[in-house]
Amino acid sequence: MSVQPMSVPDLLGRDQFEVDEDEPHIVVDVRICATCADKPCVAVCPAQLYTLGADGALTFDHAGCLECGTCRVVCRAGGIVRWTYPRGTFGVNYRQG
Amino acid sequence: MSEDTEAVDVIVVGAGLAGIACAYRLALAGRSVVLVERGTTAGSKNVSGGRLYTYALEAVEPGLTRAAPFERAVVREQIVMMDDDRSMTVSLAGPPAAAGDLPASVTVLRSRFDAWFADRAEAAGVMLATGIRVDSLLIEDGRVVGIMAGGEEMRAGVVVAADGVNSFLAREAGLVGELSAHAVGIGVKEVIALDAATIEDRFGVGPGEGAATLMLGCTAGVHGGAFLYTNSGSVSLGIVVSPDQMTASGTTTHGMLQALKAHPALRPLIAGGTTLEYAAHLVREDGWRGVPKRLARGGFLVTGEAAGFVLNLGYTVRGMDLALVSGVAAAEAIVAGGDLETAYRAALDRSGLPATMRAADGYADLMGIERLYRTYPGLVLDVVQSMFTVDARAPRPLRTQVRAAMRANHVPLRAVLRDGLVGVRSI
Repeated sequence: MSVQPMSVPDLLGRDQFEVDEDEPHIVVDVRICATCADKPCVAVCPAQLYTLGADGALTFDHAGCLECGTCRVVCRAGGIVRWTYPRGTFGVNYRQG
Repeated sequence: MSEDTEAVDVIVVGAGLAGIACAYRLALAGRSVVLVERGTTAGSKNVSGGRLYTYALEAVEPGLTRAAPFERAVVREQIVMMDDDRSMTVSLAGPPAAAGDLPASVTVLRSRFDAWFADRAEAAGVMLATGIRVDSLLIEDGRVVGIMAGGEEMRAGVVVAADGVNSFLAREAGLVGELSAHAVGIGVKEVIALDAATIEDRFGVGPGEGAATLMLGCTAGVHGGAFLYTNSGSVSLGIVVSPDQMTASGTTTHGMLQALKAHPALRPLIAGGTTLEYAAHLVREDGWRGVPKRLARGGFLVTGEAAGFVLNLGYTVRGMDLALVSGVAAAEAIVAGGDLETAYRAALDRSGLPATMRAADGYADLMGIERLYRTYPGLVLDVVQSMFTVDARAPRPLRTQVRAAMRANHVPLRAVLRDGLVGVRSI
């Protein structure tokens, strides 16, 4: 038996999240993202929350965010219009860390 | 706002190692301290690779290491150079170079470790307030006088920002600018459960003992590397790569980590393991150059990772020890009183942290050598492999083998000389 490569949804399934349905902690304006050629967020987000549709358009979901901040750091076009930590008690709850 | 808001001496924001160390030492010095943490528990938002140097725990309080719930004492250091399917491991084992009978470094899992540390701080009188996200600073007449959280204000004589690598408070206070993509690495980690006996067999360590392994050449040429630390009943396997170079590499952080798990050098070490958790964390890689010119202003100071106190030397990464030491220095500065910046700089100088970080300053240049991440590991593996290749033909002189490997890897001699010069100068 050996450790198999795991998909991102499988990996995120091992984590515990308290998703804030009322107030997303990251807000993305996909109209701005449409003007961004290289979309670095897609490659760097370890939870792959930034995905490209068949038409090349970006979609984003804040559920599953590991709160690392990498997308904020690499975003040059300014499509991430808001990046805060989730409200208290919300978001990922690391049980190992 | 409300009259009944009672001011405390100090509010520390962030229950990581810097924040807890600071709050703990302030409480021991008789100050009233509130430690504010956005997670449901201290540790629930905290991620590290996993190795902590114990001198820093002892600097918080002598004897702390023995009391701490660490995972394993590191007795084996390993560096692995790899390409797609080959690897060469340098493994150093032997009597640990530690003071007394203390291990020089231990592995930790932050959820367990930080919860314990915060408990200890609470027992010393720190008021731990979890589940509270600090939204902004409360500033009056140019002085920080408290924080705002969930529309309520909380006042204090001093606010300590120990809010981690993304520190929004240090930015709001005007002490640091935006993080730049080339100043950080993105760390992605899996904690993989394995039973203790299996870990001890595979890593050649005894009960309670562990190994720290760093890997080079496993990041598709992207600036970065990987780590593997042994915990009590699990291993922490992760990569740290430059997000700046990821797009061009045509791969993802997730893809790199999964490819590493399948590498022939790694697969047998983690075989049969079950992934318990997937985590991510930004790692500062700009060393002393990334530390802000000013670390304090009236009523406010910044500490730990928020202040850029992280060192990546390639063969070892130091964040947690610098967090502890700087948290202690922050507490000493507040207790000393007077001008915070002056007192903090003096306390940091006494701790040795700035000297340590300055001494390592050149490593940023070394880490900047692009060939370090694919070309040189491949070159070294080619040379060593040719040394061990025996057939009926007369062996070629080693220098011929090296030249052939350099040609095969498209490395001109002048490039090696130039990189070598950068390397020698930087260390």
